[in-house]
Amino acid sequence: MQITVYRYHPEQDNKPRMQTYEVEEQPGMMLREALLAIKAQDETFAFRHSCGEGVCGSDAINVNGGNKLACITPVSELKRPIQVRPLPGRPVIRDLVVDMTQFYEQYRNVQPYLIRKEPLPEQEIRQSPEDRDKLDGLYECIMCGACSTACPSFWWNPEKFHGPQALLASWRFLADSRDQATEERLDALEGPYKLFRCHTIMNCVEVCPKGLNPTRAIGKIKDLMLEKSI
Amino acid sequence: MPIPHRKFDALIIGAGGAGLNAALRLASADLRVAVVSKVFPTRSHTVAAQGGVNAALANVLPDDWHWHMFDTVKGSDYLGDQDAIEYMCREAIPTVYELEHAGVPFSRIDDGRIYQRAFGGQSQNFGGDQAARTCAAADRTGHAILHTLYQQNVRARTHFFDEYFAIDLIRDEEGAILGALVLEIETGETLIIEAKATLLATGGHGQVFRTTTNAFINTGDGMAMALRAGVPLMDMEFYQFHPTGVAGKGMLITEGARGEGGYLINGDGERFMERYAPRALDLASRDVVARSMVTEIREGRGAGPDKDHVMLRLDHLGADVVHRRLPGITDICRVFLGIDPAEQPIPVFPTAHYAMGGIPTDRYARVVAPARHGPEEIVPGLYAAGECACVSVHGANRLGGNSLLDILVFGRAAGTDILDYVAENPNHRPMREADIEPALTRLGRWDRTGEGESVAAVKADLRKLMEDHCGVFRDDATMAEGVEKLKALRERVEHVRLKDQSRTFNTARIEALELDNLVDVGMATLMSAYHRQESRGAHSRVDYPERDDEQWMKHSLYARDGDSMDYKPVRTKPLTVESFPPKARVY
Repeated sequence: MQITVYRYHPEQDNKPRMQTYEVEEQPGMMLREALLAIKAQDETFAFRHSCGEGVCGSDAINVNGGNKLACITPVSELKRPIQVRPLPGRPVIRDLVVDMTQFYEQYRNVQPYLIRKEPLPEQEIRQSPEDRDKLDGLYECIMCGACSTACPSFWWNPEKFHGPQALLASWRFLADSRDQATEERLDALEGPYKLFRCHTIMNCVEVCPKGLNPTRAIGKIKDLMLEKSI
Repeated sequence: MPIPHRKFDALIIGAGGAGLNAALRLASADLRVAVVSKVFPTRSHTVAAQGGVNAALANVLPDDWHWHMFDTVKGSDYLGDQDAIEYMCREAIPTVYELEHAGVPFSRIDDGRIYQRAFGGQSQNFGGDQAARTCAAADRTGHAILHTLYQQNVRARTHFFDEYFAIDLIRDEEGAILGALVLEIETGETLIIEAKATLLATGGHGQVFRTTTNAFINTGDGMAMALRAGVPLMDMEFYQFHPTGVAGKGMLITEGARGEGGYLINGDGERFMERYAPRALDLASRDVVARSMVTEIREGRGAGPDKDHVMLRLDHLGADVVHRRLPGITDICRVFLGIDPAEQPIPVFPTAHYAMGGIPTDRYARVVAPARHGPEEIVPGLYAAGECACVSVHGANRLGGNSLLDILVFGRAAGTDILDYVAENPNHRPMREADIEPALTRLGRWDRTGEGESVAAVKADLRKLMEDHCGVFRDDATMAEGVEKLKALRERVEHVRLKDQSRTFNTARIEALELDNLVDVGMATLMSAYHRQESRGAHSRVDYPERDDEQWMKHSLYARDGDSMDYKPVRTKPLTVESFPPKARVY
């Protein structure tokens, strides 16, 4: 099978190019294994990866125009020719490796941690199974960046719009019955950009390799804001 | 051009659960703490831990930390140090509450307390009925904990050096650790981080085996750094093969799957654990279950066309339990096997999973090594915690749910002790050019150009070699041959050359530096195994099938210098309770 990958090395290349490799397809082969086969032929080819089972979030890339996690994408399901590029909209460091600084910065901007104001109990803070269920579909995010880098609003305003990943994280804490900072969290999201640049294009939902729904989370934040403002 | 220096109170190498819990402790106390990680912190392998963390909360069934301690000592096949085990089992309870307060989204029982599931080797009342001690966030507990710890470190403004690779520790003439030489992966630039205290929290080395549940990054970096700094590695022969890796592929299927009621069958459809562990069945200790599986396959009762694996059944539990309690496992089965585990059994085989051994420490996470005044002298300024360390709380076999516990308890213990150490040692010790030389030599070696073998080729041979010569069942002849082959392979590494000599995000250079580490920890593992002439816990010798407490109830210490072996006694005296004397281990 042939795979064409994006190559760019800032020490050698003036501009990026596409390079095609021949890789022997194995039954059940995931795209990460195919990229590793390329790496075995050509050690200058660079990409991030680690766990190989879709939990560490290292190997989000763009395949045939869509953002995917390489380690859980079977090559057999990909249309030929297979074209692999770095995540869109981010500065390329080398080959498939992009600079995710701004993405992480936006995550840190939403106070992504539980805030508790009352004194802590000696044992656990109680939470009913129903309240805990509200975190399902939120806490599983692996921060791979597939969603935010598929979002046109994030492409245009990465320094001002938090992007779907950070907003999903924001809702994860707003939705947690243990968190006691709802007001501050909502206040911090005011203004035309941080939250409201989401135009429900829903690319994020389409690409999330964990099947999460940032658009719905953003909608819930907007609902809660409306509710609080009345 | 001179290498830039930066100074911190504490340097933490590794951003998994141990490193981040230590960092949180230190940053919250306003120390200047640097966390160096070769991957963005939430990509550390703690993220892949599934089943949960043990603590005797007694939320679901009666429990007591003392029972937890008994199970851990027994599970360790009496090689664990009982002072450290008592400390860990007591500390487990406040540690889990602290995590919950920090935001970990634990699953819940009806009254709102943390959900706990049954895991292997757990009992009530010192060997009685099955206990339910493992606190779980579905089957994504490691992910939930790692993300929460990272989040709290964001709050505490910990200073992260993301995607920096640690080359080596820097040590002065007196043997004190002064910090480390690190490489910024993006730019290829080196940096010296000076610290009053340095914590190694780099995790395991599963990549030394061909089939492993471990991630690509688990290359034993901290263990190898310790070896090169003259610290021996302890109990490295005790490497855990997890009973339920996906056959031929290696992805982990949590022990929680059996905790929720799943069981193993052989090719004849027989529930074979009834013959090996009549009481505990599929929830016997991992070493027992792994050996039973391999025995079934060796005796011709394996499943599949090649009879080379067994099956894990969950289909009798119902889709609701499987999909709700084990959503991550459901995903893995769907993606990698194309099956729904609520309908079809999962093909499984014992898979390289966890190092019980590592860098020797005391229960304050201080690294200890043999020196003039005995086998446990403190190495000034050096700490280790988590899988790379050996306290020893796991002895010869770790219980499921005790690894997340280990990283959290001893990560925190390291943080606490570093606070005291830094208070008593307020100044950085002077660093001379000569102290940096060995680390620069190690890095510079990979600048050599010319014809030579590739890193990938040697690494593949190493992993095959370890699998063939240091697997679930071992014997003298196989391991002796393995040692010779590994020595030859170590020579080959000298002739490996990097074709890619560029600086920017050069993953080939990182993999070369990792290969050095894998070879060192591989040798530690194989040499320690070759010399231990008994069967204990995960170390099963066909030629020495019995445990030999008379001669071998002692910890192994492998030193890189001359590949030499040394030994030190097990600490059998707990802190406050009676010692558990060695007994035959029956499940």
